[in-house]
Amino acid sequence: MKGEWLKNGAIQALLLLNGFVMLYPLFVMVISAFKSNAEIFTSPFALPAGFDLTNAARVWNETSFVLYLGNSVIVTTASVAAILVCATMAAYAIARYPFRLSGAVFLFFLSGLMVPLKLAVIPLFIQLDGLGLIDTRAGLVLVYVAMGLPSAVFILTGFLRTLPGELEEAARIEGASELRIMLSVMLPLARPAMVIAAIQNAVPIWNDFFFPLVFITSDRLKTLPQGLSVFMGEYNTDWGVLFAGLTLAALPIMLVYIALSRQFIAGLTQGAIK
Amino acid sequence: MKPAASRRGAAAARRRGLWIGFLLAPALLVMTLFVAWPLASAFRYAFYAFNGLAASHFIGLENFRAVLFEPPYSAWTLRALAHNAIVFVALMLVQNGLAYLIAFALLKALPGHRVHQVIVFLPVVLSAVIVGFLWKLFLHPLFGLVNQALMAVGLAAHPWLGDGNTALGSIIFTNAWHWMGFPALIFLAAMQRVPREVMEAARIDGATDRALLGAIIWPLVAPATTIIFTLTFIGSFNWFELPYVMAGLDGSPGGATDVLGLYFYRTAFGSTSAGLQDFGHGSALAVLMFIFLAVVSGLALRVLRRREIEL
Repeated sequence: MKGEWLKNGAIQALLLLNGFVMLYPLFVMVISAFKSNAEIFTSPFALPAGFDLTNAARVWNETSFVLYLGNSVIVTTASVAAILVCATMAAYAIARYPFRLSGAVFLFFLSGLMVPLKLAVIPLFIQLDGLGLIDTRAGLVLVYVAMGLPSAVFILTGFLRTLPGELEEAARIEGASELRIMLSVMLPLARPAMVIAAIQNAVPIWNDFFFPLVFITSDRLKTLPQGLSVFMGEYNTDWGVLFAGLTLAALPIMLVYIALSRQFIAGLTQGAIK
Repeated sequence: MKPAASRRGAAAARRRGLWIGFLLAPALLVMTLFVAWPLASAFRYAFYAFNGLAASHFIGLENFRAVLFEPPYSAWTLRALAHNAIVFVALMLVQNGLAYLIAFALLKALPGHRVHQVIVFLPVVLSAVIVGFLWKLFLHPLFGLVNQALMAVGLAAHPWLGDGNTALGSIIFTNAWHWMGFPALIFLAAMQRVPREVMEAARIDGATDRALLGAIIWPLVAPATTIIFTLTFIGSFNWFELPYVMAGLDGSPGGATDVLGLYFYRTAFGSTSAGLQDFGHGSALAVLMFIFLAVVSGLALRVLRRREIEL
């Protein structure tokens, strides 16, 4: 039993060390946001002298941070909403109605899972350019919807197939329309799968840097990760401001993650766990 | 069936067909316009010479020949490919190896294991841009946290990102810090599915933790390993954000961190060093990367699936 104790102690020590390596950099990021340049350079490990919000205020007032944040909120919300609506409709048709091409349609969506859309960025660029959608939020949203649909259709079809048919039949016998059955009877039951699909898409879209870098050139349309890269270049000697910018950029998703960690972990690992 | 009833049946079937079509239309339209068509075009464009954004004329395999065999492009392609291979091997060993150990430690369900799962996954939800800039500041030669810590314990400071010998390794380390929680929780989920009786039986037979990890758990979590291998492979060969943020578009210093993602972006969209954008060469690179990823991950899946066993 003593050996077991020792071993568990060693394992606990390994986990503590790992936890420290994971958290300490983020902790330093946050405390450095309250420090002056001199403080960061002379005493990088110490706690800040005071709760000084000068750096954060400069990020908020002097840069386009608020604008970038707003753009990220608009693009992410619009993309996730469109993904959920389109994917739910398609998944409902595939899962609840037997029709001739159902298997082929499902396979078409599934094949989208295999395509890294980044590699099709040149034709996407030409496509969006032809539609007049380069340097618009709408163009970015369309690409994200295309990127998110395959996995969302996959998750929702899988879930909708498991719902019992009796509810549907009962509503049909009572004369409810197909639309009514879908909206009031079946979809409320699919809410857990919709949450998973929403998180699985919202996080990569919120964090994406590549597509805005290619498609967005106007400063007023830039998303947060893209805007951050502009800002990091402009303030490159003002470390307090840089750390404040990183902290403010990380804060929204960190807070949501801490509140909903179980759903986040389930949503993001979903595709990889059988 | 009476004629009236069959007409009613036909009308109902048509209504049903319309309803199904309505449900499928938006998703199919977006998928066709922004996945299927662009993908097909990517293959077509690789055989064309470009004049700005427009394909001008068919040139056969010329773009492929240039990026594969014509200096200096061929040398850049090979160097980038070699760096991607290093990134993949290093991430498999360091990031995923560590993740496997952490998952086993978490499987013991010692006090605090749930909080640890949340902590280990925290960096995963952050943007690579935030993570990249944060570690770039920490790795700064003069004022960075890493060198300050080294000097505090009497070791020498080092320009981690400025030295060609350590730059790629530093970015790989940052990637491991960013992503380690992801494979860790996937391994953990797989380990939790190993039946308790199997573990207990092995323990009663006197298996040590090391034997358990190597001989019992490793083969039983093979499906998770297959998925992690595939995702790491695709991720490593599409690597872009972290090197872009930490080493710039040219893979500084002197191309020591140049990878296919950066090289492809420079070729397709232009940069101060690579000059004008060239969609023809860019498309050829994209097609080659696509084929390479599809073939290797397809083969790897076949081989790895074979070692998966069902209990």
